Amino acid sequence: MSRTSIHRGLLIKLLMGAGAMFAFAIFVLPPIYDLFCEITGIGGKTGGAYTVNEVTIDTSRKVEVQFVATNNATMPWDFYPTEHKVFVHPGESREITFYARNKTGNDMVAQAIPNVLPNNAADYFHKTECFCFNNQPLSAGEQAELAVVFVLDPDLPVSVNTVTLSYTLFDITDRMPMQVSQIQ
Amino acid sequence: MAHGPSQNFFSRWLFSTNHKDIGTLYLWFSFAMFLLGGFFAMVIRAELFQPGMQLIKPEFFVQMTTMHGLVMVFGAIMPAFVGLANWMIPMMIGAPDMALPRMNNLSFWILPFAFAMLTSTLFMEGGGPNFGWTFYAPLSTTYAPDTVNYFIFGVHMMGASSIMGSINIIATVMNMRAPGMTYMKMPLFVWTWVITAFLLVAVMPVLAGAVTMMLMDINFGTSFFDAAGGGDPVLFQHVFWFFGHPEVYIIILPAFGVVSQIIPTFSRKPLFGYSSMVYATASIAFLSFIVWAHHMFTVGMPIAGELYFMYATMLIAVPTGVKVFNWITTMYKGALTFETPMLFSIAFVILFTFGGFTGVMLSIAAADTQYHDTYFVVAHFHYVMVAGAVFSGTAAVYYWLPKWCGRMYDETMGKVQFWIAFIAFNITFMPQHFLGLAGMPRRYSDYGLQFADWNMVSSIGAFLYGGAQLLFLYNVIRTIGWGKPIDDPQVWEGAEGLEWTVPTPAPFHTFSTPPVVK
Repeated sequence: MSRTSIHRGLLIKLLMGAGAMFAFAIFVLPPIYDLFCEITGIGGKTGGAYTVNEVTIDTSRKVEVQFVATNNATMPWDFYPTEHKVFVHPGESREITFYARNKTGNDMVAQAIPNVLPNNAADYFHKTECFCFNNQPLSAGEQAELAVVFVLDPDLPVSVNTVTLSYTLFDITDRMPMQVSQIQ
Repeated sequence: MAHGPSQNFFSRWLFSTNHKDIGTLYLWFSFAMFLLGGFFAMVIRAELFQPGMQLIKPEFFVQMTTMHGLVMVFGAIMPAFVGLANWMIPMMIGAPDMALPRMNNLSFWILPFAFAMLTSTLFMEGGGPNFGWTFYAPLSTTYAPDTVNYFIFGVHMMGASSIMGSINIIATVMNMRAPGMTYMKMPLFVWTWVITAFLLVAVMPVLAGAVTMMLMDINFGTSFFDAAGGGDPVLFQHVFWFFGHPEVYIIILPAFGVVSQIIPTFSRKPLFGYSSMVYATASIAFLSFIVWAHHMFTVGMPIAGELYFMYATMLIAVPTGVKVFNWITTMYKGALTFETPMLFSIAFVILFTFGGFTGVMLSIAAADTQYHDTYFVVAHFHYVMVAGAVFSGTAAVYYWLPKWCGRMYDETMGKVQFWIAFIAFNITFMPQHFLGLAGMPRRYSDYGLQFADWNMVSSIGAFLYGGAQLLFLYNVIRTIGWGKPIDDPQVWEGAEGLEWTVPTPAPFHTFSTPPVVK
């Protein structure tokens, strides 16, 4: 093999290596991170819509569930839970509501991002219905009661006596032009 | 055969494929960037001279800290060592040139454009990057000025340049060693650079990936780092530091290599523990991939994660300790002389070790909660970056400059520069440890009155240190133009290696026929 082709072979291999690392950073690292967070519950992300299959209600324990609502950055809506805490038995299904009002003069779309603490409770906090599964369009001045139906898994670790569910409300009007025009 | 460089100034430097000319270009470019980044540092220290806002606005201050970090890391330190690699690696392994000379030209010439793009943002509406050199999302995405796109493309270009430069170094070393030059006979500078080059090929694409994800979040509506769309800002920190931790070894490993060449020369003894040096370098490179989260102990990691990253980080002190031990043992019972390169190298060993110790302090997860994002961290990484990489780069220039241009530098001026730099460096950064432990956060343009005295001391040191660099520039220019001519190929009495067998000054083409290494 000539000297040039030896160099070229190595060049191609190393460029492919660099390309593979680029793909790894964009296509592999984020899913791995999400998977890791899902398995360990770090990050407090909750799952999607949950279907209850015949659960026994564990009446021997009561767990305090607290609700927190936060507006992200410049989000101008009124947003708060109608009750700040409830006591539930694991396995018992419960509906609670959040109040939201678009007090601006513009039609807006919001997205609520849930988070559960402590980390080891995130996997056991199931939502059968949640306004956070969809985005929330509200026209100027409109208000809404947003419902969440949740059930705590009876397998919730016994060390957990208090669970906090928090929602952060983001303004996503800019990236939802379709939605905004539908409101009008 | 054996024709010299093009006589036309522009075609010589713009179209050069000669490793020595490209090395020279890299070194001058890096020094220009060093002065630019240094100027930003002077602005920072001038503003911090007294509490309260005197000279600049807080918005501009954060642009200065960001640009100082970016320019110094990617513009000054990294190209300086690529320049040294270009000059020295072919001469050290008996090769006529780099393996891919035209790619070598390309990898240099995209750098000035990358930095022109990055620096031009300072003059644009909205200002330059203002999110710190670590550019954490969402500060660098949702809240960034529009000029962030220039920053992103600048980083892409720097990354492409580094990757091409590294591939060139790997190809040169793997394919072009002189007959008999086995891997375990290569000078340590070559070894550390090969390992560094592999690190660069592995992690620069990850940095490119991080900024690409930012670009898509900003312009194309994805949500990698945006919680509103289901992403996670903490992911950014993981991706960044997965690049960022190997990056700090990319900066320091070639510096280790330089010092491992200089200390044996002026100790007139072979390097102690050559093979352990090679294995220690490789171990450090490997460990650098599995410790990244020690930069983010405060993001809310589970305790098991903190413990793992803490112990893995402390483990790096072992191979690093091996290296420090070997440098000291090389000097032990040697016939030492203290020319300027040796002074810088000894200062490197002492101050780098000091910076290493504060690194071990920072690795303790529980204590890091206090140190995190304070001036203690700033002091720590300037001890390893400045007293590490910059001192070693300065030592390298003094050590090899006579070989490059066939003229001797002014030894007295070199020593004066060393002592000013050494003392001023410590005046600048030693007090920053105290400030950090007392709770002064980094990247702020103002501070409480209790921090006033040490900040003034630190600023005075910084101005003095900046002055020492001008003396360095003067000494180098004076040497090239008017230095005492020398023609001894050896230059230094105790120097060993192939680069000292070619004539002084090193001719335009060396080792057109490969030497035989016994």
